[in-house]
Amino acid sequence: MSQLAEHPVLDPAKAPPFPQAALPVLHNPQLRKNVAHAVDVIQLKRARLVAEKTDWQELRSAAAAIRTHTLENLDKYLEQFEARCTAAGGRVHWASDASEARRIILDILREDDARQVIKIKTMTSAEIQLNPFLESEGVKVFETDLAEIILQLGNEEPSHIVVPALHINRSQVREIFAKSMGRPELTDDPRELTAAARNYLRSKFLDIPTAISGANYLIADTGGVAIVESEGNGRMCLTLPKTLITLAGIEKVLPRFEDLEVMLQVLARSATGERMNPYTSLWNGVVPGDGPQNFHVVLLDNGRSSILAKTKERQTLRCIRCAACMNSCPVYRQTGGHAYGSVYPGPIGAILTPQLMQMRFAQSLPYASSLCGACYEVCPVKINIPEVLLELRSQVISQEKRSLRRLFDPLYLGLRAAGVIFSRAWIFRAAQRFGRIGAGLFTRKDGWIHSLPSVGGKWTQTRDLRGFPDKTFREWWRERAAHSSRESK
Amino acid sequence: MRASLFITCYNDTLFPETGRAVVSLLERLGVELSFHPGQTCCGQMHANTGFRSEAYSQAKQFVRLFADAENVVIPSSSCVAMMRDQYPGLFETLGNESLRQDFAALLPRIFELSEFLIDKLGVDDVGAYFPHRVTYHASCHGLRGIHLGDRPFRLLGKVRGLDFAPLSTLELCCGFGGTFSVKNAEVSSAMLAVKLQDIVSTKAEYCTALDNSCLMHIGGAMHRQYAAMKTIHMAQILASTESTPMESFR
Repeated sequence: MSQLAEHPVLDPAKAPPFPQAALPVLHNPQLRKNVAHAVDVIQLKRARLVAEKTDWQELRSAAAAIRTHTLENLDKYLEQFEARCTAAGGRVHWASDASEARRIILDILREDDARQVIKIKTMTSAEIQLNPFLESEGVKVFETDLAEIILQLGNEEPSHIVVPALHINRSQVREIFAKSMGRPELTDDPRELTAAARNYLRSKFLDIPTAISGANYLIADTGGVAIVESEGNGRMCLTLPKTLITLAGIEKVLPRFEDLEVMLQVLARSATGERMNPYTSLWNGVVPGDGPQNFHVVLLDNGRSSILAKTKERQTLRCIRCAACMNSCPVYRQTGGHAYGSVYPGPIGAILTPQLMQMRFAQSLPYASSLCGACYEVCPVKINIPEVLLELRSQVISQEKRSLRRLFDPLYLGLRAAGVIFSRAWIFRAAQRFGRIGAGLFTRKDGWIHSLPSVGGKWTQTRDLRGFPDKTFREWWRERAAHSSRESK
Repeated sequence: MRASLFITCYNDTLFPETGRAVVSLLERLGVELSFHPGQTCCGQMHANTGFRSEAYSQAKQFVRLFADAENVVIPSSSCVAMMRDQYPGLFETLGNESLRQDFAALLPRIFELSEFLIDKLGVDDVGAYFPHRVTYHASCHGLRGIHLGDRPFRLLGKVRGLDFAPLSTLELCCGFGGTFSVKNAEVSSAMLAVKLQDIVSTKAEYCTALDNSCLMHIGGAMHRQYAAMKTIHMAQILASTESTPMESFR
């Protein structure tokens, strides 16, 4: 358990189930405080900036419509992007899964004889576990996003998709920097810490001629790529190197350049609570003598086309990675990101991760939600996350119906029994009487149940349960009806 | 006006006093209430846990029993949300055309209690008297599921003697989530702790809601921690008058 707390597993194939993975965080008050404080701050900023937009709901609808239309015509827009990007001097590669994407990137690096790369924050690269792969192939990777530097130097894992080091506070950042940069004199003054990071980064920007980026948007009608960021380190990576490799999920495409007008408005407000993000970089292919002269785009499927094929689940791919859902999620607020066992945590992770895994792993994630609906309410592209969670839950139960596990899981058995109980009113009445007798055995003198066995014990570990009343409502109703008919006679 | 009461499985079994209060309240307002003995559960627990075929058969049973009702009143916003959000999908995938039509015709006649009072009966002052300090928990299904809006506040605002103490975390989930509370018991409890802190800080005597499911969760922790506060369904507050105080429904 403590080992988990020290190093969380963000590989859905290997991570423990959510309830178990959440425990180390729940037992770590400092971590919980960091997470709660951070999401509260972002949420407040978001709420303020959304409130000043009187047409926010119309903007959401427009953003959702753009994304829905894109996904319904994804093949067309991807091919258009490929053609225009190629015409502008870029090279487009198609990767069906993580290992193919890693291999393509490595081949490009080998062509250049690149032994070092600088990187812009990209969750997609974390999805395909690019850094450990490149390191194992002898390529040294340097993250340049401040949060990613903290994670890399501190040997930490991302816990949020916009603010990956959200679980680490300022004094912990100081510790990481002091140790890894050999600068014990550093204080936890934010200016001093950013200066230290800048100092660390400058030489990397100047010395390393190869960069890897993600993409916020691929623009079909221009063949361009867009990246938004806060620090400007991304722009350094996009302009200084000779070679730039952009890795992007196939769903990241937008039909028209004009669509950015809507998408950038909803993204900045939803993600960081800003009217506009500080740096928006847009580029098209290669411009001779200016910026990277070798430009590659790797388009990653990795399970996305199978999500696209399903009507109800398809909306998952509308996601623009703003993280408003995790900031608003009362579950995430308690557990932070690591409990989700994936680089995509929170409500969107709870639906995206198991689907990217083709439902072979991460089956506990669709259940990592109280279905409170806060995520759906804030989602700028109107992904009905609760609806998809329910869809996935029913798929998990279909799997369990075929597995032996069902014979031993008391909750599963209880729900099957409840299905029979609720099927006929007479069985329900009998079960109510039986339940009353059963509960009576556990009810104390104060009329409350303080401890129950099996699944019930999960309830009573922190909550009491009022004992069953002497009479159900329907028994009372029947007696009352009998009584009043006697009186009227 | 006539209405058929769908009491819901857990109110029937665990919170009959809420049902008795609904009967007292609506009869006082001149509603002719009926209760169909064939009713059991709306199917929410099964649907929310992924047991779709069980949920479907309960949903079908509900529609069959209540198809002819003039109005259906349900003192549980999460069960109403289940019907509005999930029945159409269940009937789309598992049901037939006649079931879909029957449900579409029934749907506008299904009311959560506060909706029935305000939208159908057109009253916000139900003549209640409840001389206590009360805070209100807006359950997620009431708030974001069926958008009850200001209805609960309007009703409580007209209760004589009531001293209202608002929650600062009105939009925050209490962590119940049905089977979530046992499948993810530790996370659920951590969420409940945050909510409870706010509820207790209001120094109210009662925490009320339009869902006994959340109240069972909140009240269970209150009782465990010996908080000097009780939970009470809003129907019991609205049913209380000078001559029939809340205790008469217990």
